[in-house]
Amino acid sequence: MAEPVLALGGICKSFGGVEVLRDVALSVPRGARHALIGPNGAGKTTLFNVISGVIAPDAGRVMLDGRDITAVPARRRIRLGIARSFQNIRLMPHLSVVENVMLGQHARASLAGLFAPVGLMPRSRAREEAMAVLEAFGLDPHPGQVVSNLPYGVRKKIEIVRALAARPRVLMLDEPAAGLNTAETAALRDFLMGVSEAGVTLIVVEHDMPFVHSLCGHVTVMNFGRVIYDGPAAGVREDPAVLEAYLGHGRGGDAA
Amino acid sequence: MSGYLTGVLALLAINVIFAYGIFITAAAGQLNLGGAGFQAIGAYGCALLGLEAGLPPGPAIALAALLGGAVGFLISFPVLRTRGVYMVLATFAFAEVVAGVILNSERLGGSMGLILQDYVDIGIILPVAGGVVLFAFYLMSTRVGLAMRAIHDDEAVAELMGVHTRAVQVGCFALGGALAALSGALYALYYGFVEAQVFGPLLSIFVLLYVLIGGTQTAWGPLVGAAFFTLLPEGLRSLAAALGVEPELGRAIEESRFLIFGVIIVAMMILRPQGIVTRDLLERMLPRRRRGAGHG
Ligand SMILES: Nc1ncnc2c1ncn2[C@@H]1O[C@H](COP(=O)(O)OP(=O)(O)OP(=O)(O)O)[C@@H](O)[C@H]1O
Ligand SMILES: [Mg+2]
Repeated sequence: MAEPVLALGGICKSFGGVEVLRDVALSVPRGARHALIGPNGAGKTTLFNVISGVIAPDAGRVMLDGRDITAVPARRRIRLGIARSFQNIRLMPHLSVVENVMLGQHARASLAGLFAPVGLMPRSRAREEAMAVLEAFGLDPHPGQVVSNLPYGVRKKIEIVRALAARPRVLMLDEPAAGLNTAETAALRDFLMGVSEAGVTLIVVEHDMPFVHSLCGHVTVMNFGRVIYDGPAAGVREDPAVLEAYLGHGRGGDAA
Repeated sequence: MSGYLTGVLALLAINVIFAYGIFITAAAGQLNLGGAGFQAIGAYGCALLGLEAGLPPGPAIALAALLGGAVGFLISFPVLRTRGVYMVLATFAFAEVVAGVILNSERLGGSMGLILQDYVDIGIILPVAGGVVLFAFYLMSTRVGLAMRAIHDDEAVAELMGVHTRAVQVGCFALGGALAALSGALYALYYGFVEAQVFGPLLSIFVLLYVLIGGTQTAWGPLVGAAFFTLLPEGLRSLAAALGVEPELGRAIEESRFLIFGVIIVAMMILRPQGIVTRDLLERMLPRRRRGAGHG
């Protein structure tokens, strides 16, 4: 297997005595399309929060390209190449579509770039670049439109474009297909395939299994904060522990 | 230009600078109800630099603004540990401390105030105000301005996008403090005296209202808000004069202007909680920019 771009080991996290992550390990090879699945409350989003630096784990290490980034603050992780989207859309409601995407470029800006009046230049390179990525995803850049007025599916896509604007090496998407219709889901899959071919490593949390199978070669399954399966996507359907987790026999206990 | 008009313009320009000082933090999501404290620091700082150090107006104004910036920088650290209504209270308490220090200091003239020997007229004040407005528009058009607006909307996500939210917030308090102090220095030099009572709680409340009613989403907000609130009382006064009402009635209108203000503010909060100038409003008023390819 190729050298992992992202590797987690021994990650534990409790909230008020409730163990949400228990000794989680994960290794994602460079260029992989990696799915992270599991029943509601399994700890998937919490694991994303640990990787992106929103919360610090109680124990364990997060390694990016062999470097320990467990103590690196969130704002520097995006500079190191980790970008993400959110399960509940978190675009900036009072910024326009293009401004939201330009915010995604923030981590790449130089000090001089931070003080260049990009907003006064309708044809600044930053703006043109943001519009180009939006258009590549089939989105109308709605130059000045404030995002809070846009439909859910469109906002969902804009959030992915915002994360891509950071030019990440690892893109983490938390339920990107949720709330999208069949055609939109297919378009999303094709778009993400293109992103993957450009060399970006994908980690995708998703409940839509056909989508997972069509996109990802490798699946990690979590349940009650533990990894219960980690292997090829093809084998996940037959795995007894996974079946049990999804059929719910283990609910309420320390099952699987 | 008539003396009356000059007076209105000078007050407008000072209020506009003051409003931008409060806007800078509000645009990044922090409410500063300590405006009067910063303005007092600028006014008294400028007065003392002239009276005791013998500095001419130019350097005195610049140093007074720097002093306000330094105080803004320093108090941002305790203030930024608080959120929401507690931040409002913390900044308010700061202004009360400043007022208390002035009232109890003989050197600062206590409740008698200080009389300045220097004077600046609108030939100085108007260009300075113009410069502040241009600077605010420039700042809000940079990535730093974008980061400020992002912090206003969602601090945690702004941080995840690579924004050093703490540095931006501290910078906003420092810059805001400097601008408010600048307005105070100009106030002192224009009116020729400083008096602690002027820099009371009502002033802090009014300047924050200028900003909130004007709107914090764009750099137009404080300009519109300050103009609205400075010119409204003058407009009411002129209206009374034009209608030829009795002097007593005119005075009654003037005295009830807080009441009229209150009614307008409540109406605004209900009708336009985001302020007069919003992004949406500008979008509808300005010609449509180039559209990209349509959907699909
Ligand atoms: N900040 C927090 N404070 C307290 N409890 C939390 C916090 N964040 C998550 N939890 C709890 O941790 C558990 C795992 O939540 P998490 O959001 O990671 O699950 P998930 O796998 O993403 O589920 P879903 O599929 O529903 O999104 C849940 O029981 C949740 O209530
Ligand atoms: Mg989740």
